[in-house]
Amino acid sequence: MTRARAFLAMPALAVAALAAALLAAALLAAAPAEAAGSRDRVRLVGSSTAFPYSEAVAEHYVGLTHGRAPVVESTGTGGGLKIFCGGLGAGFPDITGASRAITASEYRDCVSDGVADVTEALIGHDGLSLTQSNEAPELALTRRQLFLALAAEVPVGGGIVANPYRRWREIDPALPDLPIEILGPPPTSGTRDALVTLVMLPGCATFPEIAALPPERRHIVCARTREDGAFIEAGENDNIIVQRLAADPAALGIFGFSFLHENGDTLRGVPIEGVRPNVETLRKGTYPLIRPLYLYIKNAHRAVIPGMEEVLREYLSEDAIGPDGYLTERGLMPLPAVERREVRRAVEDHVPIRRFD
Amino acid sequence: MNAPAPHRGGAAEARRRRRHRADRLLRLLGLGAISLALGLLGVLIATLVIGATPALTQTKLRVTFAISPELIDPADPGIGAYRLILRRGVAALLPEQPTTMAEWREIGGIVTGNTQFAIRDAVMADPSLIGRNLTLTVPVSDAYDQLGKGLTSRDTPPERRKLSDREIARFDALTARGAVSRPFNWELITRSNSRFPETAGLAGAIVGSFYMLLVCFVVSFPAGIAAAVWLEEFAPRNRLTDAVEVNINNLAAVPSIVFGLLGLSVLIGVFGLPRSTPLVGGLVLSLMTLPTIIIVTRAALRAVPRSIREAAHGVGASRHQVVLHHVLPLAMPGILTGTIIGLAHALGETAPLLLIGMNAFITDPPGGILEASTALPTQIFIWAGSAEHGFVSRTCAAILVLLGFLLAMNAVAIYLRQRLERKT
Repeated sequence: MTRARAFLAMPALAVAALAAALLAAALLAAAPAEAAGSRDRVRLVGSSTAFPYSEAVAEHYVGLTHGRAPVVESTGTGGGLKIFCGGLGAGFPDITGASRAITASEYRDCVSDGVADVTEALIGHDGLSLTQSNEAPELALTRRQLFLALAAEVPVGGGIVANPYRRWREIDPALPDLPIEILGPPPTSGTRDALVTLVMLPGCATFPEIAALPPERRHIVCARTREDGAFIEAGENDNIIVQRLAADPAALGIFGFSFLHENGDTLRGVPIEGVRPNVETLRKGTYPLIRPLYLYIKNAHRAVIPGMEEVLREYLSEDAIGPDGYLTERGLMPLPAVERREVRRAVEDHVPIRRFD
Repeated sequence: MNAPAPHRGGAAEARRRRRHRADRLLRLLGLGAISLALGLLGVLIATLVIGATPALTQTKLRVTFAISPELIDPADPGIGAYRLILRRGVAALLPEQPTTMAEWREIGGIVTGNTQFAIRDAVMADPSLIGRNLTLTVPVSDAYDQLGKGLTSRDTPPERRKLSDREIARFDALTARGAVSRPFNWELITRSNSRFPETAGLAGAIVGSFYMLLVCFVVSFPAGIAAAVWLEEFAPRNRLTDAVEVNINNLAAVPSIVFGLLGLSVLIGVFGLPRSTPLVGGLVLSLMTLPTIIIVTRAALRAVPRSIREAAHGVGASRHQVVLHHVLPLAMPGILTGTIIGLAHALGETAPLLLIGMNAFITDPPGGILEASTALPTQIFIWAGSAEHGFVSRTCAAILVLLGFLLAMNAVAIYLRQRLERKT
């Protein structure tokens, strides 16, 4: 009697038992799919720049084939390559996106963990846009001017000194009298690498004073951004930069083209060397700030993971990366037709990376 | 002996006034603090509700598609020029027929990107549709949805709009024909994530969060109660149990991201559990909830009067009988309340889930605890970082849904506590 009442008074235990039963059922239901050491979904990781493109391909693939939805995760280029290269098997991703080419040391890590057979596929280019509020006085810049605004040290009167420029007019009297205030990516971001290689280094190369420096010193001068408050590291969430730009007409923001594309009502792209970033200039390739987007494909998984071949075919199809493809609508700059064919052939033939051998 | 009574006279009067003033001040401070808290909560909720309002409805277009037999492979209805069927269907509603390829593309872009698959799926499900008409009410794409809701002003100069004057004129023509409607957006909770805001929903995240909390509950509830019972009722008081106690209290204060790192390196790295799954998420969250449950359970056990234990011992009950039959049932309301509040806390936790990859993009809900999935807070995180305008209001709406679940869980906690307390 007491026992019975006591247990009746403990509905929570009954709930727990029920939950345990449910859990066991859920485990059993899923067990054949994943516990057997295989996976029925393709896994894509990698660059946050490639993330929206991979999302689009995943959704299109599901709509088209009704296959299992691929799992797309945004880990950043470096982080993606790290887990991609972690090993072979269901626990490791099949494809990683990168907004720069794999480095020799990353490739060596890959090989030492058994991921030797990797195909590299260039899917197109992505624009890096310098953006300002629509309310602000219009700026048009060159990379030389941007270098002078961004670098920690700049050449002045024959010497290399700490960046003295606080206003755009001081750099060039033709520019508006606005304070220099640039919101950009933190050092961990792939977009920061792109900022250095696409803006800082070309801008830097226009100064003979810097070219005369010894190589190590030259590299530091060219790649180091100023830390006196004019360049602000704004974190990884580009929507926050968008909001700050809308609130502060003097500020400039640096981020991927897709955010500018979606926020054309409040923001405008700053022309670089006379070319404004928009879908047309990206499609034609005249806009100078573009970076490559790569996929790295684990060939050993292709025979094992169901759907991987189909996802790859979809990713590289004319519908996706062609000039009228749905990725182009999202801001991807397509490759020339010949190169698209070459990439498809390379992926079909499992062509491995050979340049580090 | 002649000294005036301390509670009389001017000095005493002043003292009393001072004390009353202090009383009033304390009460005012308390009132001020609670008003500040309520005011801030009000601002938060109001901002969210205002922000989420556009996401409560979805602009849709009613289109009749002519399923022409010549556009479909007779052997396999899955293969056909469905994009053309789609574009022709929408164009038929318009006063002017498109002439260029670009215009055809614009017209196809009025409705959401997955519509061609919706038509194909309908035809595959019912091949008798071939040669007939199929009428569907489909969501319009985000730019038109923003326009229909008045969030994009027509006064903005054309170069700043996503839609050209021509495209806006087409949409106005469709509205004039009565083909455009704006029903309640049930898709927000019935559909899973999508790259298109107009078809993105929370179903996958809700199911993922449910599985995760299930794992969390099943692991942390029994373990937490067992640990608390042992510590409170059976454990000897010595250095070892003191150390355990200190550690449990410390564990409750560890930042949640640390548990995420632990999950990443131990659960995924060493034990090889699948990434992004509710199993791993639930285990990580149970590490976080466990100390809370232990602490709450111990407090509830301590609150059971000694007389109950003594009376039970007095009639000859053994120790396990005392605990299971008398102490635990009496402590259960407190334990349940603490558990539910702990679970509610776990439901809103984001940081550890980001580390174990539960912030992935997945277009269908998980079928079990071993399938990759997202959770409500991580879904909010993904949407907040998306570029499309439609995701702004959807992010607010998703936060409201999460708050709704938290409120419901806390309400259940209060209900259970009151009901069980009345019983015992």
